[in-house]
Amino acid sequence: MKFDKPATLNPIDRLRVVGQPLDRIDGPLKTTGQAPYAYEHRHQAVADAAYGHVVGAGIAKGRITGMELDAARAAPGVLAIVTAANAGPLDKGKMNTVRLLGGPEVDHYHQAIALVVAENFEQARAAAALIRVDYAVAEGAYDLAATRDTAKKVDQSATATGDFAGTYAAAPVRLDATYTTPDQSHAMMEPHASVAAWDGDRVTVWTSNQMIDWGAGDLARTLKLPREKVRLVSAFVGGGFGGKLFLRADALLAALGARAAGRPVKVALSRPLMMNNTTHRPATIQRIRLGAGRDGRLTAIGHESWSGDQEGGGPETAVDQTRLLYAGANRLTQLRLAVLDLPEGNAMRAPGEAPGLMALEIAMDEMAEKLGMDPVAFRILNDTQVDPNDPERPFSQRQLVECLRQGAARFGWERRDGRPGSRRDGRWLTGLGVAAAFRNNLVTQSGARLRLDRDGRVTVETDMTDIGTGSYTIIAQTAAEMMGVAIDRVTVRLGDSSFPVSAGSGGQWGANSATAGVYAACVKLRDAVAQRLGFNSADAVFEGGQIRAGNRSADLAEAAGPDGLVAEDSIEFGDLAETYQQSTFGAHFVEVAVDAATGETRVRRMLAVCAAGRILNPKTARSQVIGAMTMGIGGALMEELAVDTRHGLFVNHDLAGYEVPVHADVPHQEVIFLDEVDPISSPMKAKGVGELGICGVAAAIANAVYNATGVRVRDYPVTLDKHLDRLPALA
Amino acid sequence: MKPFTYERAASPAEAAAAARRHPDARFIAGGTNLLDLMKLEIETPSHLIDVNGLALDRIEATPDGGLRIGALVRNTDLAADPRIRRDYALLSRALLAGASGQLRNKATTAGNLLQRTRCPYFYDGNMACNKRQPGAGCAALGGVTRQLAVIGHSEACIATNPSDMAVALRALDAVVETVAADGSTRAIPVAEFHRLPGDTPQHETALQPGELITGVTLPPPVGGRQIYRKVRDRASYAFALVSVGAVVQPDGTARVALGGVAARPWRVEAAEPELARGARAAIDAILDGARPTQDNAFKVTLAARTLQAVLAEARS
Ligand SMILES: Cc1cc2nc3c(=O)[nH]c(=O)nc-3n(C[C@H](O)[C@H](O)[C@H](O)COP(=O)(O)OP(=O)(O)OC[C@H]3O[C@@H](n4cnc5c(N)ncnc54)[C@H](O)[C@@H]3O)c2cc1C
Ligand code: SF4
Repeated sequence: MKFDKPATLNPIDRLRVVGQPLDRIDGPLKTTGQAPYAYEHRHQAVADAAYGHVVGAGIAKGRITGMELDAARAAPGVLAIVTAANAGPLDKGKMNTVRLLGGPEVDHYHQAIALVVAENFEQARAAAALIRVDYAVAEGAYDLAATRDTAKKVDQSATATGDFAGTYAAAPVRLDATYTTPDQSHAMMEPHASVAAWDGDRVTVWTSNQMIDWGAGDLARTLKLPREKVRLVSAFVGGGFGGKLFLRADALLAALGARAAGRPVKVALSRPLMMNNTTHRPATIQRIRLGAGRDGRLTAIGHESWSGDQEGGGPETAVDQTRLLYAGANRLTQLRLAVLDLPEGNAMRAPGEAPGLMALEIAMDEMAEKLGMDPVAFRILNDTQVDPNDPERPFSQRQLVECLRQGAARFGWERRDGRPGSRRDGRWLTGLGVAAAFRNNLVTQSGARLRLDRDGRVTVETDMTDIGTGSYTIIAQTAAEMMGVAIDRVTVRLGDSSFPVSAGSGGQWGANSATAGVYAACVKLRDAVAQRLGFNSADAVFEGGQIRAGNRSADLAEAAGPDGLVAEDSIEFGDLAETYQQSTFGAHFVEVAVDAATGETRVRRMLAVCAAGRILNPKTARSQVIGAMTMGIGGALMEELAVDTRHGLFVNHDLAGYEVPVHADVPHQEVIFLDEVDPISSPMKAKGVGELGICGVAAAIANAVYNATGVRVRDYPVTLDKHLDRLPALA
Repeated sequence: MKPFTYERAASPAEAAAAARRHPDARFIAGGTNLLDLMKLEIETPSHLIDVNGLALDRIEATPDGGLRIGALVRNTDLAADPRIRRDYALLSRALLAGASGQLRNKATTAGNLLQRTRCPYFYDGNMACNKRQPGAGCAALGGVTRQLAVIGHSEACIATNPSDMAVALRALDAVVETVAADGSTRAIPVAEFHRLPGDTPQHETALQPGELITGVTLPPPVGGRQIYRKVRDRASYAFALVSVGAVVQPDGTARVALGGVAARPWRVEAAEPELARGARAAIDAILDGARPTQDNAFKVTLAARTLQAVLAEARS
């Protein structure tokens, strides 16, 4: 189905199932431990799986000069050892910047250099510890600040509209400030894990992956196999956050290990390996210049960002939101990319906007203060309803102002004291902060296959993944709504590369695109049902397990017949995304308390107001947003991969050293979804919402901290050491 | 993890004898620290002596009015004991500020005292570490040191002791009781229990190889306001950046021990009279000779401000 005109009235608009706050249909499986995650797969084909343990490089850059494997080979239970020397010719995946199996060259710390396969896990791990590796260490670049001047301009996301330099220089009120965000780790609960089994020259990998089609393609490419020889299955994923968008070492090494051992092999990355072996969110240095008239209207907006990555990698696109969020005729955005020999940087939890708003939305707070304006009013004043770089191009929907207004009223914003450091509650300094939330809405082709069987059950198959987000549920809702059956009559099967290719889970494009794909397949199935039963599909109504037109009706089961009825289609998006700017908006409000003595910050309350198209399931959507807000607390207050700039590694590579919020850090959270339908985005009239939930949160917290203390911190995370010596003396 | 053999001991004497037979054995109690370290091959004992059956899991009154805490008393049980809560609240509070509920259910008094540092370089076998491999060097020096020591460290090691419980025991003048491998017993004041690194950071305590902790005794209650304040980046389940354990008497005299600043709980009795002149003066005296790094210089200010808040709370 081609989607190139705004959606009109369609069966989804009935909202009998879609839009309802239904429980997750996969919930019982998960809460009773019956949802098999990759490492737990009990499939017959992997019943006698052996265990692989990954050895990571002990240096960040250089060359392996010797590898002593004899002791490991002779260790109890060892079946095979895979290294670059014996793995056979390997290619590099299209989505991988760096080879997943290193050697003899080493590209980054903890790059996989060997896999030891043994009868059991303990034997594999013990044998791996016996491998001795000699290295010739080479010089590397590990310090973003130190390489900043070598960074090269990147065309992507660059803007030069109007006369930024001249207008900025002449602006009566100006801000020029630099902000930094650190390297961060996805730190999802389930590690990267895979089980691989070969059947002749075909390999099946049960894995934990967000993007089945990318993963299967890159596994085939890396192994130099025809694509159809590779099958990837990822039915349940225990969190990904961008860390599982791509083929990673666990899947490749499981396949190589299984080939070498002649048996299925399972591989999970250990927690210490995950932080340096896989991808991470790269650190940024961001310079923001804002110029405004005394009336508070922005006239010049400049945002430049520096980040680093391995040779051939990409930048953190931290300036993206600045192209679109506020009005202002003169604009400059520019990314610069330095070459670093740290592990590969890549997408994590709203890449681009999350770190970009961490900077921009502090800058807006600072600018409001310079102008003597309320930060909510300042943002409202600078709203735009069109793409500021192309005034002919409207937003499909844009309710930022409404988000700010409703949020301010609901949160009690009028009680905020504009004089920072002036509110006290016992030992705590308290403050309120706000930030705008913005995330682009991406749409991408997505397919599904539907089967109607003879007792009227509907089965949906698509390679879409559910990474804890609720995909199973919203897909079932979509099929139930379209086919007019109860949700418990729908079976959803996901995450298998033998199913139609879907949008996958990433960039908050999954929910809208994948359900739109299911919608397309449903339209086909409805046509097939109507045709088989002799109805005119244009005026047929699907309801109560029946098809009806006028006073004639028939059971769907009847149409299925003994062999069932199958329909497959995909949604393909036309150029509406060019005619209209499609984005999602929100506002975050936060109250924090800062211990007057120690400078520790604890969040007290949070509110997110989101305008993100039709909310397909308010319950699963709310879970997405409160999870994202929690990640925002992490980004604001604690998450940081600490770089050892001498040895080129993230030092705090476990969950004791890399802190993420715990329950005690997560206060009262409230989420409001504005009533919005966006017919430009898809027949579902929905948009992404999950990642919107994190965008802006950290800045709202940082702004609240400033409001509490009067000390501005521009370097994340906002830990106590960054403001302690500037806090007021104790009485 | 290296292969190891395992036995259960039924009495302290039996455990001591087993330790004599296996010179590189380790005792295992809750296992919450030892097993993690064995998986990473930082600890590589060839033999484990399980001490959980030693019947050292009671808290008993001592003739002089104090308490004797068995080595195997779980952190959860110790923190919840009514006598501890009433007379040694500092200890209860320090325990509850540590780890998580699940860990405290397993963790024991002796195991907690002997838990090893959380220096990140100690946990990475590719990095030089004098504690793991004497003479190898110390990768932390000149590296990421935000969590590490500001005082009492050496050119060989800059690690801290992470125990919250030990800070309270230090302020309360507790004494560690042991039985050596040859069967002899001794009592070691907590003040002398943890060693500073010097040239031999691998030797962390006064224990001899194979020496078993049987219990910890607390002197008679000292009264006063007992406060444990642990400062950290998140609200729970994190090691202290700095902690302050204090017992403040109505007359303003106080005992103060600091956590998170050194390889042992840091208490300087001679500096305690300075408390009368305020927290800053007291910290200047307590942390006299501190040599913080650029990353952790904030700990000195933090200790002073935290102590000031603790003293204010005690007075209120
Ligand atoms: C995730 C995590 C977070 C934590 N957070 C904190 C925290 O915030 N604050 C804090 O203070 N602690 C914290 N801890 C540490 C925890 O307190 C210790 O792991 C625990 O107290 C160790 O006790 P155990 O009985 O399990 O010791 P084990 O692991 O059994 O033993 C530890 C050591 O003591 C030796 N040993 C045990 N019993 C005896 C004995 N009777 N005589 C001689 N030697 C003995 C063992 O041989 C071993 O060397 C944390 C631990 C974890 C894993
Ligand atoms: S500080 Fe101590 S524990 Fe840390 S690396 Fe140096 S020697 Fe090892």
